[in-house]
Amino acid sequence: MQLTINGKVENLNVSTVIDVLKAKDIDPQLVAVEVNTQMIDQENLGTTSLQEDDKLEFLFFMGGGA
Amino acid sequence: MSFTEDQITRYSRHILLPEMGGKGQKKLSQAKVFVVGAGGLGCPVAYYLGAAGIGTIGLIDSDVVDLSNLQRQILHHTPDVGRSKTQSAKEKIQALNPEVQVTTYEERLTAHNARDIISQYDVVIDGVDNFPAKFLINDACYMENKPLVHGGILRFEGRVMTIVPNESACYRCIFKNPPPPGVVPSCQEAGIIGVVAGIIGTIQATEAIKLILKVGQPLTDRLLDFDARTTTFREIRVRRNPSCTLCGPEASLTELIDYDEPEACAL
Ligand SMILES: [Zn+2]
Repeated sequence: MQLTINGKVENLNVSTVIDVLKAKDIDPQLVAVEVNTQMIDQENLGTTSLQEDDKLEFLFFMGGGA
Repeated sequence: MSFTEDQITRYSRHILLPEMGGKGQKKLSQAKVFVVGAGGLGCPVAYYLGAAGIGTIGLIDSDVVDLSNLQRQILHHTPDVGRSKTQSAKEKIQALNPEVQVTTYEERLTAHNARDIISQYDVVIDGVDNFPAKFLINDACYMENKPLVHGGILRFEGRVMTIVPNESACYRCIFKNPPPPGVVPSCQEAGIIGVVAGIIGTIQATEAIKLILKVGQPLTDRLLDFDARTTTFREIRVRRNPSCTLCGPEASLTELIDYDEPEACAL
């Protein structure tokens, strides 16, 4: 299906958020996921199904400052 | 309190602004901003806030200046290597603007001292380099109801977000807990382009000034991500998370947490 991931349109054969993370080889511990501006709890990544044209944001930790 | 001739001249470009005027400049001179960390972000933040005539700048850092800091921590100069960062920073800010009161804390911010110190300020700036401290600052600001300007930098990238407790998304609304120790690289391990600290730090300082003046729209409910490689800013809309353990309706966090500190980062 067609999804917008971090601003880029992509076509992926996925049905849930965790599928996208797997497809992209992203460790779920290291990312906060937002679907259509709603944060998805870690434990719901596998049960949150995606629809055509959903907008996903993968927010990675950025911890520096000094 | 009225301005002296020198003050009117010093702040004339501020006073000219309709959104600022003498009234706004006075607000700045009465404001107290707490800057956590006198490093890559803390230096540009405190430098510009000092120039702007912020009344009191609180600076906390337990580190001494290292030669490897000078590529980005612009308040520290070559002769300062080995000296306390807060003292070095204080000197430069006061050389620039002797009217600014700089209160220094030569210690780490901890669960024990955070709320007490933060309660004495109007706005807080996150300029720290590790996740336990970023969560601690977020939590303490929420508990003390103080606006916080969060910042983060790594390699060629940076991020800013303003948090107004009970009004906008907090750091925990996005990131529930710190990542497991060691899995996310620090600037020390991964590097940082020095100027990115300046870009993010000056945005943080701008946000602080806007919050004090109550001018414009703060960077709330928006994560601003900057990538220097492409010179692009991306704004990500965020919302308060109903399951946030700090600011959600069923919040369970009522005490500050001292997470296991990573090995001291001599950034
Ligand atoms: Zn929250």
